[in-house]
Amino acid sequence: MLDLTPKEVKERSALRINPCKTCQPVGAMFAALGVAKCMPHSHGSQGCCSYHRMVLSRHFKEPAVASSSSFTEGASVFGGRSNVNTAVKNIFDMYNPDIIAVHTTCLSETIGDDLNSFIMDMELPSDKLVVHCNTPSYVGSHINGFFNMMMGFMNYLTKKSGTTNGKTAVFPGWVNPGDIRELKRIAKLMKTSTVFFPDQSGVLDAPMSNKYEMYPEGGTKIEEIRGLGDSKNLIALGEIISVEPAELLEKKWKVPFTLLPMPIGVAYTDKYVMALRDTTKVEIPEELEAERGRLVDLMLDSAQYTHGKSVAIFGDPDIVIGLVSLALELGMIPKYVITGTPKEEFTRKVEALFKHYDVEGCKAKANTDLFELHQWIKNERVDLMIGSTYGKQIARAEDIPFIRAGFPVIDRYGGPLQPIVGYEGGVRLVEKITNALMDRFDRDSTDEDFELVL
Amino acid sequence: MKTVLEERKSSICGNRDRGISCERESVSGAVSQRACVYCGARVVLNPITDAYHIVHGPIGCASYTWDIRGSLTSGADTFRNSFSTDLRETDIVFGGAKKLTAAIDELMEKTKPSPKLIFIFATCIVGVIGDDVDAVCRSAEAKYGIRVIPVKAPGFAGTKSLGYRLACDAIMNLIRPHAKQHKPQKRFGVNILGDFNLAGEMWIIRGYLEQIGVPVISTITGDSSYKTLLQAPSATLNIVQCAGSSAYLAERMESEFGIKSVKVSFFGVEDTVNSLLNIAEALGRQEIMEKAQKFAEEQALQVLPIIEKYKPHLKGKKAAIFVGGGFKAISLIRQFNELGMEAVVVGTQTGKKDEYEVINSLVNSDAIVLDDANPAELERFMTEKQADILVGGVKERPLAYKLGLAFCDHNHERKHPLAGFEGIENFVKEIYTSINSPVWKYA
Repeated sequence: MLDLTPKEVKERSALRINPCKTCQPVGAMFAALGVAKCMPHSHGSQGCCSYHRMVLSRHFKEPAVASSSSFTEGASVFGGRSNVNTAVKNIFDMYNPDIIAVHTTCLSETIGDDLNSFIMDMELPSDKLVVHCNTPSYVGSHINGFFNMMMGFMNYLTKKSGTTNGKTAVFPGWVNPGDIRELKRIAKLMKTSTVFFPDQSGVLDAPMSNKYEMYPEGGTKIEEIRGLGDSKNLIALGEIISVEPAELLEKKWKVPFTLLPMPIGVAYTDKYVMALRDTTKVEIPEELEAERGRLVDLMLDSAQYTHGKSVAIFGDPDIVIGLVSLALELGMIPKYVITGTPKEEFTRKVEALFKHYDVEGCKAKANTDLFELHQWIKNERVDLMIGSTYGKQIARAEDIPFIRAGFPVIDRYGGPLQPIVGYEGGVRLVEKITNALMDRFDRDSTDEDFELVL
Repeated sequence: MKTVLEERKSSICGNRDRGISCERESVSGAVSQRACVYCGARVVLNPITDAYHIVHGPIGCASYTWDIRGSLTSGADTFRNSFSTDLRETDIVFGGAKKLTAAIDELMEKTKPSPKLIFIFATCIVGVIGDDVDAVCRSAEAKYGIRVIPVKAPGFAGTKSLGYRLACDAIMNLIRPHAKQHKPQKRFGVNILGDFNLAGEMWIIRGYLEQIGVPVISTITGDSSYKTLLQAPSATLNIVQCAGSSAYLAERMESEFGIKSVKVSFFGVEDTVNSLLNIAEALGRQEIMEKAQKFAEEQALQVLPIIEKYKPHLKGKKAAIFVGGGFKAISLIRQFNELGMEAVVVGTQTGKKDEYEVINSLVNSDAIVLDDANPAELERFMTEKQADILVGGVKERPLAYKLGLAFCDHNHERKHPLAGFEGIENFVKEIYTSINSPVWKYA
């Protein structure tokens, strides 16, 4: 497996091998699926749309519906105006969404299609909406696509009525439906009235009903997006993915925001809970205290197996930062930490964590790939890997226990239904980490060392 | 809410109206299940195990096609890595040719053993920004003395079928100069075209051919390598499995190397037996004909009890088929017929007119036949025709389950071989287990 990866690391500037990111449009599609009765629309060749739907389907094990402008040779010469016009008409005619969320692709960006003016000139049915965002595939990564689509919705729809709606807006970032449910549950325990945007819970984990719903019950409602400007405050999760949308809402409508890391592990979940407490000024309920207590208890119980173990963590910036924080809380050494997303802020944040927990010999790098991570591991191995399915080949090649977390996980089931955020998500992760290490411990034990009780 | 667009009506046939409109672009705004030109080219070339497939374009196209097909290898696993130039904004402004050259240089400098074959896939924007990919490939060939073959496959230039064609051209580009120079001696034996060795299916077919005394010279492209591909011109016959992707290659090989071809399908008893006999006949040797007959009979006898065992549980069930090519759809209809099942909805992504004619001749007159179907249409017709199971690919699986239908993956995610006599057992079992899953009781 991966026989050609050499141990010797040489700097590459042009060749990307085994990426740890993908392109913007899939992020935009995923974000748009978190809006109620919304059809994400890919303005480009139909392969793009097909690939994005495929990867979302593989991760969530759900239908991921989106339409395409189906560019032809002609469109690439004369522009895609007529394609998007026909598309919008056809989509409302045939699939009847409330809103179409258009995102661009490398092709429509390069030929310079001006979606602003295309959409302005459209004649739409009176109760229907079309919004758009620009997602050039050659800038940033899928993470940019996600927040660009959020800002697209907000640019088109948000308003300020002058009176606050008393709600706390929450930007959950790129997480699974199971995470969103958990974040909502915690907010409810903290008696906070919230609007989550976007919100894929219910949409990408729709229950089995023997009926196919093109728009399953769920998603942020258009009215709720309109009302974001009237929010009392905003809690934005994910310091990299949510910063720009948070700043936009503040700039546009003076909604104050608290930007937090993804609530993974004890300290970062505490931050989320404290931000909710600051909002509602309620005491933290015993139920939540007990949850936290149980997580810490589990961490202590299992510490003898996790402490000092080295781990490589890779994937999307905010999820990775959260996982690094949890690993450090467990006394693990996050030896290699990478993301493919080109954001230097990532490196700074992770290095700050290394410093805070006083660990040495750890490396953090943004804008790199899994090939390089594999080379590092070949030079000095780790005890555990945590990340998306794309680490599977390295884990096998180097015989390293591997836990799947983040996006995409396309070779396991049930992940998207459950959280990794919050204290409950922490329990799940700690169990996974400990089990992976102990399964390995058992596997490697000789018969005389093999014990029933551990 | 309408489920069928006006423009799509001619792509759907029901009842007596049997002229279908196919081989067209998708309608803008449709939730099409189709992919693009690049996708078609990539999937055909991808199984060349020791080739370096570099995607020249922004990162997406490389990441979505990274090891997505279960094409098994007995040799190198180079093709299971993802290589790309990951074009950035500055490259779009100033051109990406320099970066492509640099990427090839980096690959050549740092890889041991040294690459012998590189494919450069140019995606959507490469032509638009004016990169001269041909020139980059030519100068890399001259500099390193290896093959660097351009595959200019902008997604918008047509459908997946065009991508297949471009891949076939790339293969010809690879083998023709070698054949011209070395004038290969003709040898008795066949090439297997259009089998990508999903779940090891090509190995099964190869095994059958060897058992009836037919040497396999080259496989295109399942489990192939640079070296084995170059052998292809010396074969006496091409057997063409996935006609959609490889019929064109067979035509070119016939006109340029004088290799005749025979279309085959190894799905289902009927097609597998017929294919073996047709190959033997095309080779025109009496002893092979006899061996083939004997082998096919023996094997068919062995699988018949399996079919008989499951048939009572499946008889009368209705199937919906939605696959890539028309030829596979035809095999599946026959296979369902063997099981006493009925195909009530049949769709393909890129079926040809003559294939739709065969399909129409095999299904009942009230079956629905559609080209480039989308989820809304599939849903409507599967519900209307009360299908029990859908055979499709990754995007259709969750749709089927949501509708309460059983599902069989007959696309690149299949985890066990569905071809040949071995595949029949897997296919029947998969259909049976999916339809009879105890979980349906709770749904």
